[in-house]
Amino acid sequence: MSSQLKSADKKHFQTLLMKAVDGELNPDEQTEFDKFVSKDADCRNEWQQMKKLKEVTKNMNFKSLPTEVWDNYWVNVYNRLERGLAWILFSMGAIILLTYSGFKAVESIIADPQLAGILKAAILMLIGGSVILLVSVVREKLFTQKSDPYKEVQR
Amino acid sequence: MSYGLAIVNPTLTENRMVPAVDEGTLILRCQAGEKQAYGELVNKYMKRAYYTALGLIGSPEAAMDLSQEAFIRAYRAIKRLDADKKFFTWYYRILKNLCLNHLRDRARHARPFSEVGETTLLKMSDQGEDASRQVEQEETREIVWDAINSLKPQEREIIILKDFQEHSYIEISELLDCPMGTVMSRLYNARQALKVKLEKVLK
Repeated sequence: MSSQLKSADKKHFQTLLMKAVDGELNPDEQTEFDKFVSKDADCRNEWQQMKKLKEVTKNMNFKSLPTEVWDNYWVNVYNRLERGLAWILFSMGAIILLTYSGFKAVESIIADPQLAGILKAAILMLIGGSVILLVSVVREKLFTQKSDPYKEVQR
Repeated sequence: MSYGLAIVNPTLTENRMVPAVDEGTLILRCQAGEKQAYGELVNKYMKRAYYTALGLIGSPEAAMDLSQEAFIRAYRAIKRLDADKKFFTWYYRILKNLCLNHLRDRARHARPFSEVGETTLLKMSDQGEDASRQVEQEETREIVWDAINSLKPQEREIIILKDFQEHSYIEISELLDCPMGTVMSRLYNARQALKVKLEKVLK
């Protein structure tokens, strides 16, 4: 970029240059752009390089996918949506069942007169520790999700 | 989060030749739990979604997975979308964030980007060019692809949106939620960075 151009002119030329490269100049802008290019050798040089760059990137195309991929796309999204619901139901059911059986197990351990007091205490500590660990992990996960700068932006 | 319990045959909406329905109406129908309406939105934007993700992350498998995942997340959150807003603009932000997370994870596992171009780019043989020219152009394209992938994510994003997806400046400004002037200057900076990386090719 020419050092002879003032900062404001440089900025303006950059805008015009982008529009020129992408074929989005209106007639007035085209006249302005032509002036820049005809007067300033650096502008002219940059225009030539940008044109070449556009030529190169224009030829970059992604491979097309077979039609079947697109035919099945919505079906896949639909299935994944449905599976998400299934997982939520499954997890909720599992949590309720595990909690209930845990409660019953603790109840029977405490009620068992054969079992030594120290063993009862150990089992209760084990269960208590597991619950605290679980709550801590879940809370951390929720906190991380809340403060994650990359999480989806909602409007 | 609500999925709605209505059983919808997904194949009913496979046909992309559905009559054009106002997008706002489709969004309202989705918000009422109509999955078929969502299928129409997915069919309308799936290609754009996939190719945008592909441009951002470079891997076809991951692009397919993330574009679908973004549709799933968008459906779960669709009640929060204003029906007057454009669906793709809103969806794009979800997709972009998923892609950024993916890139961040991939950076930890350091898979070289050069592996990516071979399966991603259209080969010249697909376009019926003569053999020597094909080889030369394929080499150039790989160099260009590597250069694009070595740009910063923000620079790559704007090059993909403009030069690969051929969005207008107004569309890009909506997608990136920034003024047109910013789009222009970001595009200029991205192209400058690419130009430097492609100095040999451009000579």
